[in-house]
Amino acid sequence: MRVQQGTADGALAKGLGWFSIGLGLAELAAPGSVAQLIGVRDDDRTRNLLRAYGAREIANGTAILGSGADDAVWLWTRVAGDVLDLATMGAALREGNRTDGRKLAIGMASVGGVLMADVMAARRVGRENGRAEVTELRPRQRTSIRVSKTFTINAPPDEVYSFWRQLDNLPRFMRHLESVEPLGGRISHWVACGPAGMRIEWDAEMIEDTPQRISWRSLDRADVPNSGTVEFRPAPGDRGTELRVRLQYDPPGGKAGKWFAKLFGEEPGQQLYDDLRRVKSLIETGEVAQTPGSSSVSQPAQPYAGSRRRAAGGRR
Amino acid sequence: MKATCWMGTRNIQVRNVPDPQILNPHDAIVKVTSTAICGSDVHLYDGFIPTMQRGDVLGHEFMGEVVEVGDAVSNLRVGDRVVVPFPIACGHCTMCEREMYSLCENSNPNAMMAEQLWGYSPCGIFGYSHMLGGYAGGQAEYVRVPYAHVGPLKVPDHLEDEQVLFLSDILPTGYMAAENCNIQPGDIVAVWGCGPVGQFAIKSAYMLGAERVIAIDRFDYRMRVARERAGAETINYEETDVFDAIREMTGGRGADACIDAVGMEAHAANAWHVYDKAKTMMMMETERGAALRQAIMCVRNGGHVSIAGVYGGFMDKFPIGAIVNRSLTIKSGQTHVHRYMRPLLERIEAGDIDPRFIITHRMNLSDAPTAYEIFRDKEDECLKVVMKP
Repeated sequence: MRVQQGTADGALAKGLGWFSIGLGLAELAAPGSVAQLIGVRDDDRTRNLLRAYGAREIANGTAILGSGADDAVWLWTRVAGDVLDLATMGAALREGNRTDGRKLAIGMASVGGVLMADVMAARRVGRENGRAEVTELRPRQRTSIRVSKTFTINAPPDEVYSFWRQLDNLPRFMRHLESVEPLGGRISHWVACGPAGMRIEWDAEMIEDTPQRISWRSLDRADVPNSGTVEFRPAPGDRGTELRVRLQYDPPGGKAGKWFAKLFGEEPGQQLYDDLRRVKSLIETGEVAQTPGSSSVSQPAQPYAGSRRRAAGGRR
Repeated sequence: MKATCWMGTRNIQVRNVPDPQILNPHDAIVKVTSTAICGSDVHLYDGFIPTMQRGDVLGHEFMGEVVEVGDAVSNLRVGDRVVVPFPIACGHCTMCEREMYSLCENSNPNAMMAEQLWGYSPCGIFGYSHMLGGYAGGQAEYVRVPYAHVGPLKVPDHLEDEQVLFLSDILPTGYMAAENCNIQPGDIVAVWGCGPVGQFAIKSAYMLGAERVIAIDRFDYRMRVARERAGAETINYEETDVFDAIREMTGGRGADACIDAVGMEAHAANAWHVYDKAKTMMMMETERGAALRQAIMCVRNGGHVSIAGVYGGFMDKFPIGAIVNRSLTIKSGQTHVHRYMRPLLERIEAGDIDPRFIITHRMNLSDAPTAYEIFRDKEDECLKVVMKP
């Protein structure tokens, strides 16, 4: 898009461009004041982050105003930036201490407003130029999430299968899983903890169970309808087992729930990846490496304060 | 307990932190009796390594006495005297089974952060950023040692701390750097940097059969140690053109192998230094690559370049053309310390090497802030600081 004078959409886009530059300069020049204004903790880390975001805003604003780009791509970049800002503020809100929740909420609401303006401008400009929108914001029907990850485990396939088949092992490495209780036959009862502490329960039926493959699906009335497959394939040259997990589930609250979960740092692909890393450690070493500095990125690498229950056999 | 904490760039403080506890069945708690500051700690000090947090306990060169063991540790007893390798390795994954311990697949709980930067993650390391596990380090009174059934090496009582302390990192690091040179009879090896690792690389190159070793630095006192204690010939890069000098010293062939024992904060006497300094300040590269670039240029056709210095990210103007067109072999890696500890302990016992020759300063742990400062600034002819809690 070339920002043209005279059209309302062009003016909106241009306004957003200047807004980007103004905000960027403020973040670069006075990150401390910005931090206080929006209610996040004012420390070196925040300041550096704000400076980086400031540079991003300026680059973005300059691109919108001046570039020869002939589509809405720079406006969509602003949208992406807003989402990043929201996610950062969401993370700060979750962190809790030393942040001002009220200011932060106001800040998030403001960014939300700007986000809407950005989406509007980008969609209009996209249409105006007679092009398909650069990003399809929402898939039309499907809200289910599908993820697939593979890890190689240094143990033979039958051993990995047996470990997985012992269903009460699963909560030892699936962070969100609280319990799995066999109900007899192929049916089991699952309890998990969702985003923002939501409790989710369902019954699942195992529909395939061989040393190569386990498949399941949730039964009717599940809070989160889901299904999946776990495969245990021998890795070539005696390299152990390629463990492949495919999951599909419909998040609570549909599309909004999906965004909500992401905003609070729950990325389903990453979750599965972390879970598989843990099961690999459990099978290979009988425990999962842990440090205070790994349980939270804002925690210094120091021993835990106070007494802490000893992890037994990697059980949490 | 008292611990050396990173409180920001060039800000080290000895602070009170909680005592470590056993968290996993394969953990042990070690009461530190000796610990050292590593050249790579200076990169943390100077703020070159990302993902540090205020309050992180530093230190990955340490030894001491076992005071507590987890239920699954059967090879160690309370009271054992041990040296602990800086890479944390589980002993059971594919990489550990291949003796590539610094690539352990299970010891970095923050592997995801390292994968963002490097594709795949190496092992966790004591006191060396959150990207490498967020483990509290050993410049402290006590330290928690994970996978204690794999790492710690029991040392005999007749050897004093200072004779074996460097088995934790720099002696194996210097040795692996030399081993990566594939030294053949008659080989001339050039070593960039006469710091502690450089000194041990020189000694190791001789142990592995090098004919001559040439060392490059700019500090007289360090080159003197390299000449008098390690047996190298030396070049001061501020006074001499290094390429020409090495070419002449090797009969026009170039060095058979070059070792970079400098790493990401290299200095140079030419425009490269200004270039790298400017680009790193603008965050357009993360490494100052003067030493490595020069090492690549100075090696003979078909020679080996061994990188022992620490690099973290992206270097500019990397001379890939020289590597491709001259059939060079580049070898590197964080040291697989576990692999070298026992054989090098035997070398020490046999008198082949006495690692104490690099120690210039013995200080108390509470003096860590001063120790970091003089080590970094090469004040008082500082080459290696050993601290006692």
